[in-house]
Amino acid sequence: MSAEAVIGVDDAGESIVARSSFWSRARRSPTFLVGGSLTSLILLILFLAPVLARHNPDTLNLTSLLSGPTSQHWLGTDDLGRDEWARVLYGGRTDIEVGVVTVLFPLIFGVAIGTFIGYVGGVVDTIVMRVVDVVLAFPFYVLIIALVAFIGAGVHGIFLAFGLTDWVVYARLTRSSTIVARHQDWVAAAVNGGVPRWRVLLRHIIPNTISQSLVYVMSDIVLVILAVVTLGYLGLGLQPPSPDWGAMIGEGQAYIFTNQWQVLIPGIALLLTGTGFSLLGDGLADVLRPQ
Amino acid sequence: MSAIPVLAGVIIVTFLLLRLVPGNPAREVLGIHASPRAVDALTRQLGLDQPIWRQFWRYLDGLFHANLGDSIYYHSPVVSLIATRIGLTAALVALASAFSVIITVPLAALAATHQNRPSDHAVRAVSLFGLGMPTFWLGIVLGIIFGLHLHWFPVGGQGSGFWGTLHALILPALCAALAIAPVLIRSLRVGMLDVLGADYIATARAKGLRRWRVTLVHVVRNALIPSVTLLAVNIAYLIGGTVVIEQVFDLNGLGTLMLNSIGNRDFPVIQGVTLVYALAVIVVILISDLVTARLDPRVRLR
Repeated sequence: MSAEAVIGVDDAGESIVARSSFWSRARRSPTFLVGGSLTSLILLILFLAPVLARHNPDTLNLTSLLSGPTSQHWLGTDDLGRDEWARVLYGGRTDIEVGVVTVLFPLIFGVAIGTFIGYVGGVVDTIVMRVVDVVLAFPFYVLIIALVAFIGAGVHGIFLAFGLTDWVVYARLTRSSTIVARHQDWVAAAVNGGVPRWRVLLRHIIPNTISQSLVYVMSDIVLVILAVVTLGYLGLGLQPPSPDWGAMIGEGQAYIFTNQWQVLIPGIALLLTGTGFSLLGDGLADVLRPQ
Repeated sequence: MSAIPVLAGVIIVTFLLLRLVPGNPAREVLGIHASPRAVDALTRQLGLDQPIWRQFWRYLDGLFHANLGDSIYYHSPVVSLIATRIGLTAALVALASAFSVIITVPLAALAATHQNRPSDHAVRAVSLFGLGMPTFWLGIVLGIIFGLHLHWFPVGGQGSGFWGTLHALILPALCAALAIAPVLIRSLRVGMLDVLGADYIATARAKGLRRWRVTLVHVVRNALIPSVTLLAVNIAYLIGGTVVIEQVFDLNGLGTLMLNSIGNRDFPVIQGVTLVYALAVIVVILISDLVTARLDPRVRLR
């Protein structure tokens, strides 16, 4: 069955088709399907961690340190005898949770600011864009590390550091598409028709500008998870005892001469997660792109 | 990007970093057991007892005299701490930039000239996979493969002499280059596709120019212009990545200085290094603007 329903014929004799729905387009994008399945599978496994892990991630087992995979410990144990499989699962839960929650504020704030300055323009626009330029002048990791260093390590530092910096990307994206949307005929029609400004923004502009940011959110979640894990590796991220892939890799690095599992496994988990979200983002871009 | 206001903004931001410390930074440095007198002394040394505009003036005045203050931990000027380490980081960035050009440009060209064919899909798949790869983990894995198992390169440390240092920098530079490769390949590919689809390429082909001439004279030159800007933006990102890579490979450069200073709560050093990194990015972007202007008559005439 065709996903596009012909609803009429225009002046030139071409068929007018209804815009196919999100899901019918999604079904035709292999990138979206693979990314969506991989991401859902990972999220499901992490959600089921309490069932899937037979050990507590923090329980020490001093009789079995740095072991390779055994029937007891499927992925082996770390330098304190903690079960690697349980730690990968629970570490992933915290890292992904923190990553997803961290992008919420930059997304909302950035879209709001971008819409505002794109719509109002003028001096406010110039000032905000200068601030954006300044934030982007710092190398990403240097700025994040410096901010966390001054604010203090841990979840609190991560939220604040990204809250202060990450919104600029969303603001820039939203600003440029708002400027385009503002000059469209249907916006002029709405304004001239007496629709209040806030309603024009909410009903006519934002729905047309938000999709870019929603696509970017997927890549951003990958970026933020990578940054959270990197901070954890440097000892500036989530603080012990909460398991975190970065800290696991950092602890494992001291033992690479005897046991490489502890470094490889969290990295592979991260790689799969990153690939899943990136594919989903690429697929979403295909699906949401105007035809 | 206009450099002057950005420069001013960068200076203000690095000055304000110290304000983010909860409570009194001097107390934070010395710990809860320090005597009030010691805390007062350090507060005065950091100038925190003065009104904020005077502190900023002092900071600016220092900058004009190439003075970034003194390290609390090392008891020496921040500028000299940076000066002894900046060479290694600069060498790492330069080598990594060279690697990233060597790796990404041919792959992007391959993908763009074979759009939607197997080689294009392969390049896109690999670069997508690379997006989820954490730099520091890639570094450790490269170290395990090429250092631990193959013994081609040292796992860490910076060697001695010119060749020793170069040898030790190859793995870290490769790691830094691979870290930006996915994003760079993806954007270069799109840029090249735009050029390949342009009317003047069709014209050049239609008037019977040889294939290699079209590629060299028309495609490469025009694709180079957006590529230079893309490279500059990514080198800015790469510079940030070296902070983590220096830590992985145990290189005593600026990044290691920054991370050690975080451990030591040595705030003036962190501020100074952050400023130097941002200045480096501004310089890289400025150079790319100048190069673009040389390549593109439209920019030059504006």
